[in-house]
Amino acid sequence: MSEDEPTGGLLDQDGRPITNLPERGFVRKVADWASARSMWLLWYCTGCGAVELPPSFTSRYDMERYGIGPMATPRQADIFLITGYLSVKTVKRIVRSYEQMQDPKYVLGHGSCTIDGGMYWDSYATVKDVGLYIPVDLYIAGCMPRPEAIFQTFEKLQDMIIKGEAVGWKKYKDNYSWYRKNQDNVFKRGPDWALEEPELR
Amino acid sequence: MTFSTTSWVMIFLTPILAFILGHLFLGISRKFTARIHRRVGPPVMQQFIDVMKLFGKRESTTHSWVQDMGALFAVIGVIASILFIPIGGEAVLSFQGDLIVLAYLLVIAPLGMALGTGATGNPNSAIGVSRGLMLMMAYELPFAMVLVAVMLYYDTASLGDIVAAQKGAFNWAILALPLSAIAADLSLQAMLGEKPFDQPVAPSEIASGPMVEFGGKYLGMLMVWHAMSIVVEAGLFVDLFLGGGVIFPGDSVLGLIGNIIVWAILALMMWLISVSINTVFGRFKMGQSLKFYWGVPTLLALLSLSYVVISNLGVI
Ligand code: SF4
Repeated sequence: MSEDEPTGGLLDQDGRPITNLPERGFVRKVADWASARSMWLLWYCTGCGAVELPPSFTSRYDMERYGIGPMATPRQADIFLITGYLSVKTVKRIVRSYEQMQDPKYVLGHGSCTIDGGMYWDSYATVKDVGLYIPVDLYIAGCMPRPEAIFQTFEKLQDMIIKGEAVGWKKYKDNYSWYRKNQDNVFKRGPDWALEEPELR
Repeated sequence: MTFSTTSWVMIFLTPILAFILGHLFLGISRKFTARIHRRVGPPVMQQFIDVMKLFGKRESTTHSWVQDMGALFAVIGVIASILFIPIGGEAVLSFQGDLIVLAYLLVIAPLGMALGTGATGNPNSAIGVSRGLMLMMAYELPFAMVLVAVMLYYDTASLGDIVAAQKGAFNWAILALPLSAIAADLSLQAMLGEKPFDQPVAPSEIASGPMVEFGGKYLGMLMVWHAMSIVVEAGLFVDLFLGGGVIFPGDSVLGLIGNIIVWAILALMMWLISVSINTVFGRFKMGQSLKFYWGVPTLLALLSLSYVVISNLGVI
């Protein structure tokens, strides 16, 4: 498909990979509309920020109104919600889960920790910037973000999906070598993705 | 059995009707559950959007062709069984003994799914499948006795004849065989896979069991199967015990449509009863469900069966 032609290797002024927006026919637009209205979450509850999720999907804020709900496995999910700090050890699980998800898939970084390490900015054991290892579509700032902020992000993401601007999944395919290089700095991929312990650097 | 043009048309229309009804039922039940939780809940059409999204995904991982076959099996099995269910008093396929055929067909779809999930090689799905089979063993015992009781009572093995025999005021089998009806409704809970009998797909425990490796259009197929099987199973109960929803004379088109609507409302009612039980219960363990089904429901079904046998002998 011409829309999926890789742009490989292009970086923006911050040194982050970029990709071109795929062209969409009518069917694709309808499918994108549906995926904006039905977003299934896989949340990776790594950090304390996850505690704001139960109020977001129970009676007080009721996430299901928007068709958003939790899913059990990466295969079934559309959105990867990374709720908080990542240790060097968990990055591998993150990448592995992300690669099991089906395109189109979207990643939300939830909390300051995913942006720049938050209050763990000088810790030896955390990964400071998730965007180096998998493409993050949107970040939710705050420590921890309240449900209002989470909903605002979901609405923004819905907008982006409908307009066809949420293309993190394509970025990952087009610039795999860039992400792979960063991943290799943190952990080794053994044969068959055997869970080897990461080397600390 | 000869096929007229009408029955050919019905063969195509019935699965479509079941598809629409099934997703509508699921959408209504999600709203219903949400209201019990004091939430707003998703729109009623949410289930259609979900399926649309799943079939619109750009990628669907398959592990082997057996997985493809499994998903197909599930959908085809349920389409085959809907053809035997009288909807508004009229089944597409109806002959003497179709209830027995149906009892076998009902098992084909879950077995197909078991086949497909086995191919994915995920241990969670193997656990889910074995739990599903165990559960089937638990609820099939009372349910088979219920079927035998109804067949003996009406002296026919054809679902169409059973529905026809219940025509008229206060002639429904639920009044004639109340104990069988209770046993059947209890079995329905596990058949529909609602709590407390949702061990095969325990999302928080074995990561949704059989569906664990299914994504994209494969998951979409399983969701279509699930939606349609609700219509089949709730509809079977309506046909067996609630007179098939036949309250208007079915010889005119208008009467038939009226009957279909009544049938759908009754099936929705059975589904919502099951959902409301689902909402307030936790999950049983496997052993507890076996003990449960081989206890009270089996006893009720047995009592009802013996009543039918004895009254057939002419003693009472
Ligand atoms: S951003 Fe704050 S709340 Fe979230 S994981 Fe980091 S420290 Fe915890």
